Amino acid sequence: MFHIVVCGGIVPDPLQTLEPVKGPAGWGLKNELMLPSVLDPWASHALYEAAHLAKTVAGSKVWLVSLGPKAKLQQLMMTVAQKAPFELVVADGPASGFTDSFEVAEALHAVIAGIAGLDASKLLVFGGWQSASRGSGSTLQILGEKLGIADHFQGVDKLTVGADGSLEIMERVEGGAYQISTCSGAPAVLGWATGELPEPPNNPQVGMANMRLVMPALQKAKPAAVKADAIDYQSVTLPAQKRETRVVKDTPVDVIAQEIVDWLKN
Amino acid sequence: METILFISPVAADGSLPKASLEALTAAKTLAEGLGAPLAVGLFGADVAPAAAAAAACGQVYAVTGEAFAPARYATDAAAMEALAKAAGATIIVAADDSRVSRALPGVAARLGGRIDAHVTAVAAKDGKAVATRGFYRQRMTAELTRTARPWCLTVSAGCYAAYDGAPGQAAVTAVDVAVIPAMTRTTVKAIVAPSADEQTIRPDATTLFVAGAGWTKKQADGAPHTAEAGQLILGFLGASKASLGSSKSLVDMGGEGEAVLPFLTHLHQVGQTGSTPRHQKGLATCCHGEEPHVVGWRFITERRAVNLDAACGWAQGKADVLYVADAFAVMKKVNELLG
Repeated sequence: MFHIVVCGGIVPDPLQTLEPVKGPAGWGLKNELMLPSVLDPWASHALYEAAHLAKTVAGSKVWLVSLGPKAKLQQLMMTVAQKAPFELVVADGPASGFTDSFEVAEALHAVIAGIAGLDASKLLVFGGWQSASRGSGSTLQILGEKLGIADHFQGVDKLTVGADGSLEIMERVEGGAYQISTCSGAPAVLGWATGELPEPPNNPQVGMANMRLVMPALQKAKPAAVKADAIDYQSVTLPAQKRETRVVKDTPVDVIAQEIVDWLKN
Repeated sequence: METILFISPVAADGSLPKASLEALTAAKTLAEGLGAPLAVGLFGADVAPAAAAAAACGQVYAVTGEAFAPARYATDAAAMEALAKAAGATIIVAADDSRVSRALPGVAARLGGRIDAHVTAVAAKDGKAVATRGFYRQRMTAELTRTARPWCLTVSAGCYAAYDGAPGQAAVTAVDVAVIPAMTRTTVKAIVAPSADEQTIRPDATTLFVAGAGWTKKQADGAPHTAEAGQLILGFLGASKASLGSSKSLVDMGGEGEAVLPFLTHLHQVGQTGSTPRHQKGLATCCHGEEPHVVGWRFITERRAVNLDAACGWAQGKADVLYVADAFAVMKKVNELLG
């Protein structure tokens, strides 16, 4: 059996237009609290994989550990809680991409260390191999070090558990290839890429079961002092991306194809 | 005074991978800008070829042994930690490849330092090291610096020219790392690589071809033509030697039991949770949507699209040319012309 801790933050909905602004607390997003949020896409994959694993290995349990503003997490749980069974553990703090991964890992470590009944020898720490906010791909490894875990895998798309509790992991490496490794068992840290499982359909019964623990978890959430003081941002800008698009329509296919071929060959 | 350490694993033949040579250029540029010494840290089974290649850059430190040949977190982290300590590094620069990205953040934690990954530029400004990197899936970019040391930086591929200095005779300082059983709980069994004919996202290709979900939708006759779509796409890839990317929706359809292009996997996915490739040219077909796709195209220099929607939110303002046409017909003709 495994004790699976999934670390997942909240990020702005990918369809939102983002604009950086500098406030008294440092860099953030314009109207950040008004932006609709989603669970980080990679962390979502990690959660689905964790739930699937917990279902197939008897006695396993999933905790979703999230650092973010309590109010936004409460909104988010209305949808996320319907996807998979888990127990929510919250650190009430910023979800900004401009925070330091080291500080975020420290905050997550403090929360995980406080989970009652968590068995470190059965621990699998799941999360996204990157995030859609800071995108550092470093938080999980720092957290793993703080938890004393020496077996890490990043860019994971598949985990197979052997009858003896050993792990076989497929990680993405360069050139569209996979590295296949085996690990003798938990504890381990796995940063998930896309995984293999699609987004599960909403299940209201799962949602109701989860929500019984979500509200107490939000009420018990302790403030997490996550700062970005260690980073001196010289500038934050939007990259210029507007292009003058030439629209070619009402044009014979032969002409279009020839133009594409000429472009490819030049 | 900073001490810059370039750090890298070596390939199976002992040489430096291309991404590492690019990171070496970045490290050298930074060291020269700061007037700081540059050291080279290498680890692997046999680092002699890599040490010779980087001999002109500075003092070479090396952790060697069969235990350090596989890309495994525990041994990689131990090697890099020891190299950083041996060199007295204050700034550590490495390639943003899968092996280093897996382990270097843990090394930063062990050393009490900080890390910034996926850096696209490093420079010396006003006597300080400044790094540039993207945030929110490259939707904004920031220049930043830190006072915490050691400061680890991983440099994304394609941002610097590969170092091609003359090889020399390196005086290698051996750094010992004891391998304990706890470091070998993980065993690397195999690398599963696509065959030479199989198309995927290859950084060395000039063109990225992106297939969108429209390829599997019902066409003008009211029926999907998935098999024909697959033939057209593979035919184009075979003739053009382009990389293949896809939208997430198209990849996900397989898991949802819909008709799919069987050669597409999550490895092909570009966009919000996919890769952000850096090809010179990109040709998108049957794609739709806005930001999630734009994210995947951030570093594609020349972009063209073929789809039936003249008001396509992906193309307007983001592609250089939008061909409003049936991609099936266009790609069939393109394949004929490419022979």
